[in-house]
Amino acid sequence: MRGITKTFSQQTIANDSVDLEVGSGEIHCLLGENGAGKSTLMNILYGLYTPDSGTIHIDGKPVSFPSPSHAIAHGISMVHQHFMLIPVFTVLENIILGKEPVKQPLLDRRTAKKEIEELSQRFGLDVDLSALVQDISVAMQQRVEILKMLYRKARIMIFDEPTAVLTPQEVSDLYETMNTLKESGNTIIFITHKLKEVMDISDKVTILRHGKTVATVNTKDTTPTELTRMMVGRDVLFSDQSPVSVEGPPVLDVAHVTAKDSLGRTAVNNVSFSLHEGEILGIAGVDGNGQNELVEALTGLRSVEEGSIATHGVELAHRPTKEFFAAGIAHVPADRLKRGIISDFNLCENLLLGHQYQRRFNKRCLLDNAAITAWAKEILGQFNVRYACTTMKAGNLSGGNQQKLVVAREIQRNPTILIAAQPTRGLDIGATQFMRTSLVELKSQGKAILLVSLDLQELMSMSDRILVLFEGAIQGEFRKIDGYDETAIGFLMAGGNHD
Amino acid sequence: MLHKIFNIVIVASTLRIATPILLASLGGIMAERSGVNNIGLEGMMLLGAFAAVIGSSLGGPWLGLLFGLLAGLCTGLLHGFISITIKANQIISGTAINILAVGLPNILIPVIWPGHYAITPVVKQLPTIALSSVPIIGSLFKQFNIIIALTVLLVPFLHTVLYYTRFGLRLRSLGEHPRAADTVGIPVQRFRYVAVALSGTLAGLAGTYLSISYQAQFSIAMTAGRGFIGLAAMIFGRWKPFGAFFACILFGFAEAFQAAAQSAGVPIPPDLFLAFPYVLTLIALVSIAGRHTGSPAAAGKPYIPE
Amino acid sequence: MTDRSLDKKRPTLDSHQGGRRSRLGAIMGSTATSSVIVILAFLLGFFILGITGFNPIQAFSAMFRGALGSKRGIAETLLSMTPLILSGLGFALAYHCKLFNIGLEGQIAVGAIAASWLGYSIEGLPCVVHVTICLVGACLAGAVWGFFPGFLKARYNIHEVISVIMLNHIAFKVAAYMVSVGGPMKDPTDLMPASPYILTTAKLPRIWAGTRFNVSIFIALAMAFVVWVFLYKSRPGYMMRAVGSNPDAAQTVGISATSFTILAMVLSSALGGLAGGIEILGIHHRLLAQFSPGYGFDAIAVALLGQLNPIAVVASSFLYGVLRSGAVLMQVTTGVSKDMVSVLTATIIFFTSMKEPFARWMKHLFSAIKGHPMIGRSDSHVA
Repeated sequence: MRGITKTFSQQTIANDSVDLEVGSGEIHCLLGENGAGKSTLMNILYGLYTPDSGTIHIDGKPVSFPSPSHAIAHGISMVHQHFMLIPVFTVLENIILGKEPVKQPLLDRRTAKKEIEELSQRFGLDVDLSALVQDISVAMQQRVEILKMLYRKARIMIFDEPTAVLTPQEVSDLYETMNTLKESGNTIIFITHKLKEVMDISDKVTILRHGKTVATVNTKDTTPTELTRMMVGRDVLFSDQSPVSVEGPPVLDVAHVTAKDSLGRTAVNNVSFSLHEGEILGIAGVDGNGQNELVEALTGLRSVEEGSIATHGVELAHRPTKEFFAAGIAHVPADRLKRGIISDFNLCENLLLGHQYQRRFNKRCLLDNAAITAWAKEILGQFNVRYACTTMKAGNLSGGNQQKLVVAREIQRNPTILIAAQPTRGLDIGATQFMRTSLVELKSQGKAILLVSLDLQELMSMSDRILVLFEGAIQGEFRKIDGYDETAIGFLMAGGNHD
Repeated sequence: MLHKIFNIVIVASTLRIATPILLASLGGIMAERSGVNNIGLEGMMLLGAFAAVIGSSLGGPWLGLLFGLLAGLCTGLLHGFISITIKANQIISGTAINILAVGLPNILIPVIWPGHYAITPVVKQLPTIALSSVPIIGSLFKQFNIIIALTVLLVPFLHTVLYYTRFGLRLRSLGEHPRAADTVGIPVQRFRYVAVALSGTLAGLAGTYLSISYQAQFSIAMTAGRGFIGLAAMIFGRWKPFGAFFACILFGFAEAFQAAAQSAGVPIPPDLFLAFPYVLTLIALVSIAGRHTGSPAAAGKPYIPE
Repeated sequence: MTDRSLDKKRPTLDSHQGGRRSRLGAIMGSTATSSVIVILAFLLGFFILGITGFNPIQAFSAMFRGALGSKRGIAETLLSMTPLILSGLGFALAYHCKLFNIGLEGQIAVGAIAASWLGYSIEGLPCVVHVTICLVGACLAGAVWGFFPGFLKARYNIHEVISVIMLNHIAFKVAAYMVSVGGPMKDPTDLMPASPYILTTAKLPRIWAGTRFNVSIFIALAMAFVVWVFLYKSRPGYMMRAVGSNPDAAQTVGISATSFTILAMVLSSALGGLAGGIEILGIHHRLLAQFSPGYGFDAIAVALLGQLNPIAVVASSFLYGVLRSGAVLMQVTTGVSKDMVSVLTATIIFFTSMKEPFARWMKHLFSAIKGHPMIGRSDSHVA
């Protein structure tokens, strides 16, 4: 790919004259931080976007892909970060979708089944063809995606952040698969922002920053520090963020909490722990092991089947959401666009959420807009939120600023407990740093923080203690004072205690 | 008195009443399964009915049938255009079609048949074949009506299409996860157009049946909410052809029962009795309330490709 | 972890939008959009009339003459405005909570039933008290009628459109039953299917000699103001809009989506009931079998044209009042059916549904014309 430029609406250049050269039979990493343009570039290659300018050559021949079917026809296939699988279809149906074998006029499932089983054997990808995708594990879903690619005889395979949803054990399984694929003559492009992965598996790496190519190097010839500098433009120390604190008294007691997910299955299984003043408690686990449901249970958004959630002697289980807030629990939700902000409301209206009952904002039965606006300006300034004016819609803020708005709003509640679910998701280095610093500061103020994150490095650097969640149950506890052992944690994350 | 109500006749009338509702319901299923809400089924039915009468008065019932289908097809495409290409709110679009369908015939009737208002003159109906000599079926159904037969056959046909063909698999994927379908190269917008056009055509057929088979003329608002009952049947039948079939039989039976009971002299005021089908629909909707409704996950949301 | 799906949803905005200026600009923009829509609808109307052999200019001028050309005409126009304002407010209010209340027709009907019954059944009350009781009764009837679909939607997520249309049909049948032969509200002395006339103390005073014009318009205008204050200045209105705009976010901060969904439907249908009550108390003075001229559906166009803002709803109600009352004269003089109005309504609704994509498209156009693309993202300057 040469000179690829892609601009999205409203003056955002995602790719600026990007060059990418990938040799056949190699594993090539595309490295860059959030928003660097990696996904965009690959989406262009896959035919989901059309570049404004630039050329693509495959085996020396120029090609263009106005749609994914063209890319697929040329042997290019992609596994997206958010799986493109249909939950209510079976594995088989998902694999054949778009390239279904037909015994006129009906679907020929039998032929498909045979072919897929053969591929599955050959590459060691174990799947259950008749299971519904919504019922299988995330790792198996990924295998389904890979089988999708193989079924279409892909030769160039693109993986977009594939390890985000895997345990360390599953990650090494994936590496094995990728090597097998490589040995069969496939070319693999691997998008990531994690240095470790680059060093572990790739042959070559191309670094993107702010939409431009920085360099392409052989992995053997470089070091993580060098890569970081190229990726970010400055040295960033991934050192310990938060000093170990003296444990205060418990402020939240969670005892034997069990909760179901939206499909009626047990998502939180007999979870018990306490959260102490002035500590950051991390919850580690692969996505989909009950963290979301646990957070919802602890913030009153999901009812618990049994168990107790108590703070300062007040029992909160089975109470409405309002009471959780009244009891001093604040929540920074994982999906800020869905649960955090109201995109169509302006900044004042967004900040008011949860605060609307306060007497200072109400003037004789009506809302006191002047008071609200003044307060809003003050808060936004405190948190250094970059905005045009208070009447702008919150949906127009950048991701980092949106997150700050949510955090600012929640902190204003003066909570004793803050439950932060994936607070740095989708943020770039600057905003992430700010978020982490804020959390540490809150900790020093004596707040109790529950930090749920999918990034184990982040958890290890920020938390005083880590609890590992697997299939809704706590597998074990680790303390920073003892030193964190990533392998041990990863083992538990993968359910290592079982069988 | 009971035997006056529950006899062989009620089977036939159930089917006759259920047919337009079922057609609308099947149309709704096709559209929603592909991801497009079609609240405008009622209006499409009405316009189909009107077009059918025009056609029949011009060139006989078969022309009327053609006109009715075409009207449904065109209205479906209009709804498709607004929902898929313009990506506007699908409920609003459907509602506009419904309002249009009530007003347009009112304007055109005096133009086409001067001197007539609100009701068209009687036109030729679709022919039926006498069945009285055929054993068993002949005593149940005195006449063989082609549209009714077609509708009954459509149920297993659409079921097969949806679940056993490539077309059906792709269609269902559009309603569940259009982006996933897009990434494997399925043309989302085009496919949805086909589905909505089909949906409109089925509604048009329903209307045609009403105006030139069940009856022999068009009157304003003659669909009387059947399009919406069809949607309720779709929901009740969990977006499956056979489910819709049973739901429509149920609704058809309710109305047939009401008519039979009334003529048998059951002492309930007629107006209230007429409300019975609607009450039943409501009850049906409430009864299946819950989480696992089986609705297509992406129905109603316009697909915005990158 | 890269999560561009979250970031893609928002466009980067760099222009500064000053507070008051942007508000005025926004108002002007919306008015312009609505005006364009109306003009386009009329053009389409012209086109249809032309095709079907009528003279559009003659037809529409007859309409305007009928609506505004005489004392009676103006009075009728203003009279038509009243139920339109109220039902338009009702629809707008529900839509602020993302509820599509096309059941206003039925809610108007039950309001009418309640108002007429209260109107002729209670004797010996001073006028003001009697009218108030009737109107309150009408509101309550409408509220009850809207409670069920609201509850079904809030609790069981049953789409309100279907339940509300079923209730419409049921309401019509109930109303018909009430005044049918043998029905509980039938006037035994009258051959027509109608209820007895309401007592004088229940009638809304007519204040313009020679016309049917009564005080109802002031009630409607007052309600418009009340709804405006409720939506934009009051706490429950704010919470309701939050639920409508993003129920998940509202729920996260403890606002009960269930309660406010139900509240929205109840308030909305109460307004519908009020419209029905006023029709009876002000104009018909008794319940007839088929009295409602379809205000419920016009309400949708009125509300959408008015961009859901109560004040603008009053303005678009005026336009619709003209259309409705003028349509009668138009039909009489030129033979064009009154249902031209429903065609116009449908067209207007079509166009308003396209408003948002159209606006997006315009924005694309503008930014393409305006700008140099800017490099980088604002995130990196923060902190």
